Amino acid sequence: MSTSDSPQGGDAALINASITQLKGWLSAGELSAADLAGAFTQRIDTIDSELNSLISLVAPAEPGGDGALAGIPYVHKDIFCARGTRTTCGSRMLADWVAPYDATVHQRLTESGAVLLGKANMDEFAMGSSNENSHFGAVANPWDTSAVPGGSSGGSAAAVAARLAPFATGTDTGGSIRQPAAFCGVTGIKPTYGRVSRYGMIAYASSFDQGGVIAKSAEDCALVLGEMAGFDARDSTSSDEAVPDYVAALDGSIAGLRVGIPRQWFSDALDPAVGDAVTAAIDELRAAGAEAVEIDLPDADIALAAYYLLAPAEASSNLSRFDGVRFGYRCEDPMDLQDLYERTRSEGFGSEVKRRILVGTYALSAGYYDAFYRRAQKARRLVTEHFQRAFEQCDVIAGPVTPTPAFDRGAHSDDPAKMYLEDIFTIPVNLAGLPGMSVPAGFVAGRPVGLQLIGRHFNEARLLNVAHQYQQCVDWHQRMPSIAAASAHDNREG
Amino acid sequence: MSQFAIPSGWEVVIGLEIHAQLATRSKIFSGASTAFGAEPNAQACAVDLGLPGVLPVLNEGAVRMASLFGLAIDAEISHVSSFDRKNYFYPDLPKGYQTTQLARPIVVGGHVTITTGEGKKAREHTIRVTRAHLEEDAGKSLHEDFHGMTGIDLNRAGTPLIEIVSEPDMRSPEQAVAYARKIHSIVQYLGICDGNMQEGSFRVDANVSMRPEGDEAFGTRTEIKNVNSFRFLQRAIEFEIERQVDLLETGGEVVQATRLYDPDRDETRLMRTKEEADDYRYFPCPDLLPVELDEATIESWRAELPELPDAKADRYQSEYGLSSYDAGVLTASRATAEYFEAVIARDGADAKLAANWVMGEVAALLNRLELEIGECPVQAEKLADLLERVSDGTLSNKLGREVFEALAEEGGSVDAIIEARGLKQISDTGAIEAMVDEVIAANPGQVEAYRGGKDKLFGFFVGQVMKAAKGKANPKAVNEVLKRRLDGE
Repeated sequence: MSTSDSPQGGDAALINASITQLKGWLSAGELSAADLAGAFTQRIDTIDSELNSLISLVAPAEPGGDGALAGIPYVHKDIFCARGTRTTCGSRMLADWVAPYDATVHQRLTESGAVLLGKANMDEFAMGSSNENSHFGAVANPWDTSAVPGGSSGGSAAAVAARLAPFATGTDTGGSIRQPAAFCGVTGIKPTYGRVSRYGMIAYASSFDQGGVIAKSAEDCALVLGEMAGFDARDSTSSDEAVPDYVAALDGSIAGLRVGIPRQWFSDALDPAVGDAVTAAIDELRAAGAEAVEIDLPDADIALAAYYLLAPAEASSNLSRFDGVRFGYRCEDPMDLQDLYERTRSEGFGSEVKRRILVGTYALSAGYYDAFYRRAQKARRLVTEHFQRAFEQCDVIAGPVTPTPAFDRGAHSDDPAKMYLEDIFTIPVNLAGLPGMSVPAGFVAGRPVGLQLIGRHFNEARLLNVAHQYQQCVDWHQRMPSIAAASAHDNREG
Repeated sequence: MSQFAIPSGWEVVIGLEIHAQLATRSKIFSGASTAFGAEPNAQACAVDLGLPGVLPVLNEGAVRMASLFGLAIDAEISHVSSFDRKNYFYPDLPKGYQTTQLARPIVVGGHVTITTGEGKKAREHTIRVTRAHLEEDAGKSLHEDFHGMTGIDLNRAGTPLIEIVSEPDMRSPEQAVAYARKIHSIVQYLGICDGNMQEGSFRVDANVSMRPEGDEAFGTRTEIKNVNSFRFLQRAIEFEIERQVDLLETGGEVVQATRLYDPDRDETRLMRTKEEADDYRYFPCPDLLPVELDEATIESWRAELPELPDAKADRYQSEYGLSSYDAGVLTASRATAEYFEAVIARDGADAKLAANWVMGEVAALLNRLELEIGECPVQAEKLADLLERVSDGTLSNKLGREVFEALAEEGGSVDAIIEARGLKQISDTGAIEAMVDEVIAANPGQVEAYRGGKDKLFGFFVGQVMKAAKGKANPKAVNEVLKRRLDGE
């Protein structure tokens, strides 16, 4: 597409436009779906070599429907199966695996008219908080390429931040949408467990995994989530709770809204500058009429420990199917069955995946099950109860997404335990299956900071409403990293 | 029959684990067909293949079938049961785990009654069932067909099974076989399993241990797998009893292990010891919700229960005056009972006559042709026609057998066969009298001897008359006329 064809404002306006604006231009005939896909594809070609946010490119197809997302380009985290596309899950194990079927999320987005441009990089099998665990290489943070983009949906967050696509899908097992969204200065929502079908989303830890959206704004997230969410007969854990009109709920007033502030989260573990940004964001909510109440959410450390037993336990079982027998990577010239298993799995999986498989296998072993798995399940129930108690005092919970802004690439490579601490504020939400959001809330030393919003079960509409109202008062979410602006004609400051 | 006897001074303790494939049309967690015999891997969908990202959805038909079994054996149906994953690596186990029910099975408790021995030696035993749970079957590994390689056929992967676990209540190979047969009969009556042991629809594993007679404590047990007929079950247990007693009596000890029965060599072979067994790392399957059943659902299934073999056998005795043994034989399989009931469905049918024919001629024919009763070349309606002609005197039993053979070989209608072959029994008294008179006239010496007291010659006259009638004379009428003519005049 040449700039002369573009809607008023040129390329910069196009890439910063909301999905609703894009749809307006599309339906007015001011640009075609092919033009739009072409514009973003061209940006990917120019910019992504520096970021490595995408693993595969997909030739844009005609919109498969004329629903709410007709003609809107997007990228999938490479954990979602889309028939005929390579679906790697960031692993050597699936480096050449072409999915023969569609994930329900993919099917719904396709029917809604969204146009797939590519598959986003990710930590291998969604295990990681920095996107450094990908077989396809690390992803750079668009705001500062020496920083990590977060993980595991690092490619999705980086792609949206760099304006390579209007939105991206992500998955969140222990923070994998919210943390990279925070690190990359974009808006992300992890819905209630069961809200979005897991069918066709490659499993990491089945009782935590939840698909969601990363986009520039709460408004865009609302639009996309409305298309993705809903009961799916192919996922027994999906909910048949009706999906409300998230977009219609955006404009509600937040006057009188009780915002719970977990006092334990504002401790020494939190970078004071991050704390200041989050406090400032909460002040904005108060300025809009919300009321802040201090609440207790103890045991974040217990939640972390429980998660790092339960999730690996489930993963150790979920990843057993990668055995070199039916699909995916197979070692060269296996001598016998044992050799096939051992070499396929030691060569096909990266070190973090192997670490978690070993931890999980150990936690489930005879004689250790009660000490580890069962106790962790108890801790999970405890964490859930603490949230329930907190929600007796407030309507939403607000706090930091992460203890620090994006850290440098390589900073935690030698210390997995330290890396796990990145998830301390996000993991409790997954243990309880609650919906959570990350909303851009400022910068610390040039790196974005996120505000986390947590809601009651199936209260996504409320979260999106609060985030949207906040985004009416601030412009953090409209900031664009310079790497994204470099190729835009209307070069705005990031 | 084998001459096996349990070595004196020893008691065997047997418990069985039976895997019955449920007769659902689709698999337990996917929509793929369960039909037997398709091209390898033609009936394995993405879920059965364990492709990345797929999820299981429970087949409610399998839940109903498992519950019917529980209700049939007076078990408790769990209001909440749930699935666990049993983790182990094997090429025909696509996901690397089997989805099964460990902690909360759908069927808890229950019992069946078995009978061993016949007549005066008949004994009833109650065998308790510990539990029955739902699980998925694995695929098949084919080691023979591919040189230096193993073929994997996943058509069977995901076929629903119930595993029925008994208490260690059996004390002889006969009891074990009788229990297995009873379970086999019940699942077929319920229509929840086709019972085909050759195709693996009904598989029996036996846990066998020995203890000195009078001891309370159980001995170390072995588990025997790969038993695919009732005869092999009997033989495998017999072999294992002898093997274990030999060990124990010569100062050795039984090692807890899984053993495979080899029918060609008629022996059990070590497969793996307890130490080599996998740690299955069971944990609750996070992809499936617990199965919740309310009382109303369970009661609606109870109302669906058909008449089961024990109740049917009782009714055959009281309603048709059959012996306990005959009633047991006729009700042992649902197919036999259905055949029998179809034969006697006709007005005025003689149930005892029908029972004799089904257990005699029909059983012999099937045995000779190696067919199941469902494949019997003489359909029940044809046998009913035939027995009607026996009852009304048109056919003697002997002629009836001839018609039966004709039906088996050529088919056609009973009356047409009688007509075509001229098998109609001569019951017309005038005709028989004429033949009797001819025989008496032709054998004056024998008549004299008979009348002189040689009663045994009566048979000779019967034979002569039958010969003259080419076997078609009604024997009863022949007897009557002969007696009258020889004794009376």
